[in-house]
Amino acid sequence: MGVTLSYLGVIVLLPVIALVLKGAEIGPARFWAITTAPRTLAALQLTLLAATMATIFNALYGLLMAWVLVRYEFPGKRILDALVDIPFALPTAVAGLALSALFAANGWYGAILEPMGLPVVFTIWGVAIAMSFTSIPFVIRAVQPVLEDLDPQYEQAARTLGAGRFTIFARVIFPAILPAFLVGVTLSFARSLGEFGAVVFIAGNLPMKTEIASLLAVIRLEEYDYNGAAVIALVLLLIALLLLVVSNLLQARALRYKGKTA
Amino acid sequence: MSAHADPAPAALAPRESRLVPRLLIGLALLLTAVFVVVPMAYIFHRAFAAGYAVFLTNITEPNTLHAIWLTVLTAVIVLPVNIAFGVAAAWAIARFTFPGRKALLVLIEIPFSISPIIAGICYLLLYGRNGLIGPYLLANDIQILFALPGIVMVTMFVTAPFVVREVLPLMQAQGSEQEQAALTLGASGWQIFRRVTLPNIRWALLYGAVLCGARAVGEFGGVSVVAGKIRGQTNTLPLQIELLFQDLNVTGAFAAASTLTLIALVVLVLKTLMESRR
Amino acid sequence: MKSRLLAAALALGLAAPASAQDAILNVSYDIARELFAEINPAFAAKWKADTGRDVTVDQSHGGSSAQARAILEGLPADVVTFNQVTDIDVLAEGGLVDPNWREAFPNGASPYYSLPAFLVRADNPKGIRDWDDLVREDVKVVFPNPKTSGNARYTYLAAYAFALDKNGGDQAAAQDFVKQLFANVPVFDQGGRAATVTFAEKEIGDVLITFEAETGGIAAQYADKNFVRVTPSLSLYAEFPVAVVSENAAKRGTEEVSKAYLDFLYSPEGQRILATRFNRVHDEAVKAEFADSFPELKLVTVEEVFGGWDKVKSEHFAEGAILDQVFVNQ
Repeated sequence: MGVTLSYLGVIVLLPVIALVLKGAEIGPARFWAITTAPRTLAALQLTLLAATMATIFNALYGLLMAWVLVRYEFPGKRILDALVDIPFALPTAVAGLALSALFAANGWYGAILEPMGLPVVFTIWGVAIAMSFTSIPFVIRAVQPVLEDLDPQYEQAARTLGAGRFTIFARVIFPAILPAFLVGVTLSFARSLGEFGAVVFIAGNLPMKTEIASLLAVIRLEEYDYNGAAVIALVLLLIALLLLVVSNLLQARALRYKGKTA
Repeated sequence: MSAHADPAPAALAPRESRLVPRLLIGLALLLTAVFVVVPMAYIFHRAFAAGYAVFLTNITEPNTLHAIWLTVLTAVIVLPVNIAFGVAAAWAIARFTFPGRKALLVLIEIPFSISPIIAGICYLLLYGRNGLIGPYLLANDIQILFALPGIVMVTMFVTAPFVVREVLPLMQAQGSEQEQAALTLGASGWQIFRRVTLPNIRWALLYGAVLCGARAVGEFGGVSVVAGKIRGQTNTLPLQIELLFQDLNVTGAFAAASTLTLIALVVLVLKTLMESRR
Repeated sequence: MKSRLLAAALALGLAAPASAQDAILNVSYDIARELFAEINPAFAAKWKADTGRDVTVDQSHGGSSAQARAILEGLPADVVTFNQVTDIDVLAEGGLVDPNWREAFPNGASPYYSLPAFLVRADNPKGIRDWDDLVREDVKVVFPNPKTSGNARYTYLAAYAFALDKNGGDQAAAQDFVKQLFANVPVFDQGGRAATVTFAEKEIGDVLITFEAETGGIAAQYADKNFVRVTPSLSLYAEFPVAVVSENAAKRGTEEVSKAYLDFLYSPEGQRILATRFNRVHDEAVKAEFADSFPELKLVTVEEVFGGWDKVKSEHFAEGAILDQVFVNQ
């Protein structure tokens, strides 16, 4: 117990405290000035927007995958199920390298998209795609077990009552998986906000346009601007903490729900 | 189109329900192929594009070999520590109530939800020459940043939650009846852990360890802040990929990336095997 | 196969710290990767011949300012080979380098120099000859982020100097000119080499602006892409200052070998390697030998045009100064 706490203290708490102290040293006025500087705001905005885009895609793709993997039987299903976890297993720098080469104007995907007027590399789409890739599994893995446990009798009841396929999904299935789905979405969003390795390879890091907040923190660091770096890091930390609280609340609700149905 | 000619509603339903699943399965397969499989396959394609001999030369280049060694070394140090920590923390949270238990949970989750870059910045602010305890380290000639200790500690930070996250729900769900029974039978703490607790959480533990290992091997952002880019000294494999890329040795970068992809595939197979045993 | 690799890796990892020999760390700017890969073995051979001792020189490359920052944080550099005087001044202010470092070696401790020059695509389809061409609407320019890269700061200052020269010293016109130049840059990488990758590998932009040393090296390395080197009519004298990081060297007992290493850069052998890597040197014999590689142009210095680095820092690079004004307005 003591060892656990001191390990956590040295490895996690102390470094975070160093950051918070640095932030406190800066003072609220300066803190606010740095946070609301145009470039910081642009970076935060881009990060949030791209993470939202990535999360919307992952929410839809995750629902589809969870549904397909639970409800249907088809050859190669187990392989598909295993493939879902690649983004967790693959180092993000490797993902970034591959994605940026694929989507570059002279890459396999870029060669198709670019002539259609859809450049990906060095645009917000590239940022969103990198974020999306690294957080693909969250929604799938959150929804899948709940969908598996879902009692089919409600659906059958709905069907005998004459409900259509879509109505059944919207009224019966979706409410049941909603808490788990939201947990997955929150995790996916949090991971997207924090993603660095994959994004910097593909984003082009254009100030005010495709520069994510964590990269701006690094740039501030490299410019000797420690206050700037610390403030941006702190803002990101606060957002992450907020998401953590939201996700814990959702998880608690999901557990309660599970307790009710069981 | 002929389906419309058939007026029987009973026949229409199964026909339609075959079509929708096929569409959905097709879409799922297509998206997974485009977004997951092709990027992975592309790495091998580029790594071997110039032939097997070139691949071998790239992989056995001393700096890349050293990066492989450093990455393995880091994972070998981080993994046992975080397994021990993960089990101990999960045990404490699941079995005891104490003030600050919720705070402890949040603290453990922090590394999971923040950008690893922030971890790196935190470490700079703590151990850097101008950091909180940097001057003390300097006076005593202790090198943490830009050396193995810094790389290992940041990796520990980033991978701290993985084992706890897997083991904790299982421990909470299983309760402590079996352990208490063993206790009344006179078993010692270690015996209880080894004979009762461990077998119950075995697969979750391994699963968490595999995820932790994969992340330790692949960590990029946090380590990049504290590693100092010394060639053949402090470059882990993910950093070496970036370095080779910027050395204009793209094939070499993909070759190094392919070794990491291979590790990822091994992790995937291990994980799938474990899932079927859970 | 894998176990053999692992064994080799293990042997390598264990062997490195075991053998007793001189070892120094050279922390350097981004595009000097290939240069020092060639300098280091040559120096090791000379050191062996002179002293009978073995030496390994480790390298760390990155944006010059970022590297200086890392040293301030504790990156244990024995010597620095940078591309900007200010980055060593920062180390001197931090007490890591002797305040009089510029007198420690000849030519203001700058063994070679270069200048911002252009690299354009095969046959120069956009007809780019000089700085004027870079602000045309149809031209996309690639160079790194002047906030993190010394290389890009030289580019910014050279463009500024060109505009001043052309407009008879009109500051407003010069600022307008660099603003237009920035507006033509689709991507700002953090270091010089990343910008090269963007231009050469990702095929972005019509022209890459970077040190002449890089344009020469890249043109040679990508011979199949037939990039064309373009030397503008006017550019900025870019010093590549060096220094022993005396605090670290004293602690590690590497002062002697560190000094010898930097001296080697001034030796005819060192200067020849520098020149083959498209750096301009001071050694008269080597200069004559490589005269063809280095077209003549009007070279101005930071002192002449801007009144020295201190003024550049306060008037251009400080927070909210001219660079911020023209950089954010893109």
